Amino acid sequence: MSEAIRVEHLNYAYPGVDDTPGVAVFTDLNLTIEAGTFVAVLGSNGCGKSTLAKHFNSILLPCGGKVYVCGLDTSDEELLIRIRRNVGMVFQNPDNQIVANVVEEDVAFGPENLGVASPEIARRVELALKHVGMYEYREHAPHLLSGGQKQRIAIAGIIAMEPQCIVLDEPTAMLDPRGRKEVLDTVKKLNKDKNMTVVLITHHMDEAAQADRVVVLHKGQVAADGTPREVFSQVELLHRIGLAAPETVELCYALNQQGFRLPLDQPSIEECAQVLFNTVKT
Amino acid sequence: MLKDITLGQFFPGNSAIHRLDPRTKLVMLVVYIVALFVAVSWVSYGVMAAFLILAVAISRIPPKNIVRGMKPLVIILIFTGILNVFFTEGSHVLVSFWKLKITLEGLERAFFMMIRILMLITGTFLLTYTTSPIALTDGLESLLNPLKIIKVPVHELSMMMCIALRFIPTLIEETDKIMSAQKARGADFETGKLMQRVKALIPILVPLFISAFRRADELATAMECRCYHGGEGRTKMKLLRYMRRDYLTYGVGILLLAAIITLAVFGL
Amino acid sequence: MEPILQVQNLTHTYSVGTPFEHVALDGMNFSVERGEFIGIIGHTGSGKSTLMQHLNGLLKPTSGKVLLDGKDIWSDKKLTRQARFRVGLVFQYPEYQLFEETVYKDISFGPKNMGLSKEEIDRRVREAAGFVGLTEDQLQVSPFDLSGGQKRRVAIAGVIAMEPEVLILDEPTAGLDPVGREEILANIQAYRRAKNATIMMVSHSMNDVARLTDRLLVLNGAHIAMDGTPEQVFARARELEEMGLDIPEVTRVFLRLQEMGLPVEPVYTMDQAVAALKRLKEGNAHA
Repeated sequence: MSEAIRVEHLNYAYPGVDDTPGVAVFTDLNLTIEAGTFVAVLGSNGCGKSTLAKHFNSILLPCGGKVYVCGLDTSDEELLIRIRRNVGMVFQNPDNQIVANVVEEDVAFGPENLGVASPEIARRVELALKHVGMYEYREHAPHLLSGGQKQRIAIAGIIAMEPQCIVLDEPTAMLDPRGRKEVLDTVKKLNKDKNMTVVLITHHMDEAAQADRVVVLHKGQVAADGTPREVFSQVELLHRIGLAAPETVELCYALNQQGFRLPLDQPSIEECAQVLFNTVKT
Repeated sequence: MLKDITLGQFFPGNSAIHRLDPRTKLVMLVVYIVALFVAVSWVSYGVMAAFLILAVAISRIPPKNIVRGMKPLVIILIFTGILNVFFTEGSHVLVSFWKLKITLEGLERAFFMMIRILMLITGTFLLTYTTSPIALTDGLESLLNPLKIIKVPVHELSMMMCIALRFIPTLIEETDKIMSAQKARGADFETGKLMQRVKALIPILVPLFISAFRRADELATAMECRCYHGGEGRTKMKLLRYMRRDYLTYGVGILLLAAIITLAVFGL
Repeated sequence: MEPILQVQNLTHTYSVGTPFEHVALDGMNFSVERGEFIGIIGHTGSGKSTLMQHLNGLLKPTSGKVLLDGKDIWSDKKLTRQARFRVGLVFQYPEYQLFEETVYKDISFGPKNMGLSKEEIDRRVREAAGFVGLTEDQLQVSPFDLSGGQKRRVAIAGVIAMEPEVLILDEPTAGLDPVGREEILANIQAYRRAKNATIMMVSHSMNDVARLTDRLLVLNGAHIAMDGTPEQVFARARELEEMGLDIPEVTRVFLRLQEMGLPVEPVYTMDQAVAALKRLKEGNAHA
């Protein structure tokens, strides 16, 4: 499998204001993300997860070390447009990333910037809107849509650039449960149908549970890395860094404190119920 | 509520006027305004009014909406009227008191000025009601394109206009929200002297500005992420193309202007 | 004792007489007892925000009444203004409404508008800052230099400083990480205990409302669909799911256990779940 993103010895500090020293975020971070995978990056506020995301398409440049996306060095200015068209970004606030006041015009914004021919843009816009299930809203004004719908428009705007990788920085933080589900289903479909590499930054456990791989960041370091099962079973580690495991795992963990001996790697409702059923029955 | 403002709002539709190229509509508005200022008599105003009424009818915009949009402008209209009634010199004095005279000429002039403004506004409304803001900016950008030769940043201006239009509803909604929140903390915007009222706006304006800057910053990043790098090498999804109805409309425009000028030459 | 708030036949219609006319509340009835902690759940567009803004007189009912202490808050201008202060309202993302140069000044905005004495304002600001865990030093800094979670707490302190008898919060923990969420929820409980205040909290987190509240109001399509204790409401899990609402995960696990044939009652908090399973296991061991 080829690599979509490779972070090598990343060192980054936010520049200080006036004479104050900068704030170090990463000192030596290493991370590789395989192409075509769905990776969730977890961490509490201030762990550096958004800063990391901004390195994936050259919004921020490393102070030391290297970041490669699709084999391209992000610190090479010549490659800027190529990097950005290959790594699309979706941000937290859906209102602040929609440029145009008609849905389809907004989705067209990326390909227009890339100089794509008009009929091809129209084709891509149609496909992208159909993919996120918003085609029937193509002539609507974005400000009248729900948060989840706006976020799907933002995702369509990225799809229309036909990138290999999409990075979503807490895309569901401002949404209600219905909106969150819409966005997550869209992202999963993108990964499955288009084999697009997805990096989802979140602090919602239930969202991370749906990824192929979970990377937990804490104080600029990878604190845990593995499948959701492997990561969630490290309940004590998660608690120590200000996170919580899914409720199901937390329940088993709490029971273990009371003398039960339950496995912690069964996060789904069905699995958890089965584990509890077995233990109570015997 | 602030949300209910309809001034210059776009009403989606599919009438012949909706489907015209935005450039045609913009040029027609200019032709129409020029004609309005050339018009001097009852006859020429009659021609203009007939043209306007026809255009409104074709657009299928309910006249009710145009009237509603007019409401905030009533004061300007009345002010213009009063000014013209009292400050026009004339020989046929109808009433006179103190240092003021009302003359027949004054009344006539005031009437024409008000009609002119009314027709001007209605014409402009017709454009904004039937043209989506984005089509309007596209049209404007395309019409002003020749100015690029003398280094006018046409693309940047139209992008700015497009973004402004996109964010006006968002900021109006936000203002509403901030006002409610400050009212919940006992802020009072309705009573007090002028200075107090101006001071009362600070709790609204400060958060609003901070939020607008934050939005601008985030939007700029999001635009860069979508490979925005100015107008160079940029393409458009929808190309503007003139159709038969556009040429026809231009024809009507030329006829209208010619008719009004001819009438003016003959002093009608 | 008389309920502190009573909502009678409350109806609100937006943009009456325009094509955008829209009924947000349709004949709602409920009352709130002193000292209750009520959770309000319902998806976006169910009328939650509109309802909240009626309870402190920010919005005027199209028809129906809101009674505070048995008196219609719209019957007299004085009462309307009093309702603003006696019923405190914290909007969603309240940190976006901060505007003063220092945290202290921002928190004192509400008490100042109430026309209190300088000493009283000072006492209230300090007390409110205490409830939300702000230090003395933080009172003198600019609110814009604080972290997101701290800004939110400043904004909440700004409402608490008016010492409302009823404190209403619209998703006070939205967008925060687990630690930040716990802090805010603890702040709210601290205020409730100290002042014996009535709390109404809109939330999408079923775990939070299940754990904290005495009573739940479920809003759906401009109506109150359910009104009862968390136990009663979450027992109707299927209906909640049909309305597009979540139920706590432990409740779902227990519903599944029931289906599998275990003799368990539905639970809705972690503690209840642990206790129930412990009992079951011990029961089996003795048998």
